[in-house]
Amino acid sequence: MTAPTCDRDHTTVAAARSVVADVPDPEVPVLTIDDLGVLRDVQIDGAGTVHVTITPTYSGCPAMDVIRDDVRTALEHAGWRTVEIHTVLSPAWTTDWMSDAGRAKLRTYGIAPPSSAVRGSRSVTLALSVRCPQCDSLDTRELSRFGSTACKSLWVCQTCTEPFDHFKAI
Amino acid sequence: MPALATYALRLGDDALVLSHRLGEWISVAPAIEEDIALGNIGLDLIGQARALLTYAGEVEGAGRTEDDLAYLRGERDYLNVQLVEVPNGDFGATIARQLVFSTYQLELYERLQGSVDPTLAGVAGKAVKEVAYHREHAALWVLRLGDGTEESHRRMQAGLDTMWPYVAELFEGDEVDRSLSTERIAVDPARLRDPWWSSVSSVLAEATLDEPAPRWRARGGRRGIHTESLGFLLAEMQHLHRSHPGASW
Repeated sequence: MTAPTCDRDHTTVAAARSVVADVPDPEVPVLTIDDLGVLRDVQIDGAGTVHVTITPTYSGCPAMDVIRDDVRTALEHAGWRTVEIHTVLSPAWTTDWMSDAGRAKLRTYGIAPPSSAVRGSRSVTLALSVRCPQCDSLDTRELSRFGSTACKSLWVCQTCTEPFDHFKAI
Repeated sequence: MPALATYALRLGDDALVLSHRLGEWISVAPAIEEDIALGNIGLDLIGQARALLTYAGEVEGAGRTEDDLAYLRGERDYLNVQLVEVPNGDFGATIARQLVFSTYQLELYERLQGSVDPTLAGVAGKAVKEVAYHREHAALWVLRLGDGTEESHRRMQAGLDTMWPYVAELFEGDEVDRSLSTERIAVDPARLRDPWWSSVSSVLAEATLDEPAPRWRARGGRRGIHTESLGFLLAEMQHLHRSHPGASW
């Protein structure tokens, strides 16, 4: 691909955005960082520098460093030479930002998608019933509120007996 | 160091030191799910610590990064409360500390979200959602152990007894807290005591546990006065960085 010129029209920004939006999440590679809501903004300034703004799912999410590198690499491969990546904490990420397409992809991948996180900060969202992503049964049980990554809890289906991850609502 | 940098460093040091203690449980917790849970909670705390230490370094303006602050300060320069440096001991003691500390952080961050300082408000707004899970995890364990078997009850109560002398320090404010809370930048820790107790006491009552009555109380952590355990913890945490300056993954 040839390097795009520095004309700051909408197509150029849209092209940069589509490159960044396709970067997969390193820990749940079935989702892109756009599906997850981790990608907040893409802009190109007068000097042709691409500014990408991302936000972490959890404060200590170890995938953030990898995401930064992957975004930079993807843009460089697409011809953008100068890239700046900004990390913002506010507004705090919520699973409500996950796209419908992302939720459907998660379920197909075997991870139960998050329920709505509308609540105050006082309480943890209790998923009254999480649907088994394998057999659709609602007869499931939480094994541990903390799963293989910070964003997931561990469940088991009592119908098909398969364990599965549930993306926690926050 | 400006008061704001000191304040950010205190909160960051609490999170950093406790995250190290929680990491010590990985592979030796009572169940693999618990290894993962305590590891995940520690990871959230490291994330909070990184943001707070980075900010403390920026506000200080002397060019110190999060790594400089984490790895190149001695124990007298650490400003965490002594509660978080107490060795893990029995699982009951770790869970007692988790209940005490996560409830404190929940009350703190809920209020700090409204800080006029956008960075502190942002860190708090992010962390409060994580800490709600930490507090839930601790409360569920306290109920299960306190209202469980005779042995689990005894060990949970012993854990509370171990940690209680370190509780009062969480709510002791000094000039840094008072001046920053007047400017609505910080939250005066003294204001957190009543809501903290209201939340913790209901868990203890439901778990059939008694409030301990300690005969002494820790103090001084916020001024760099620590127990002997912190030096050992820092030696382990800082060893790699000090032996191989500039090493990275």
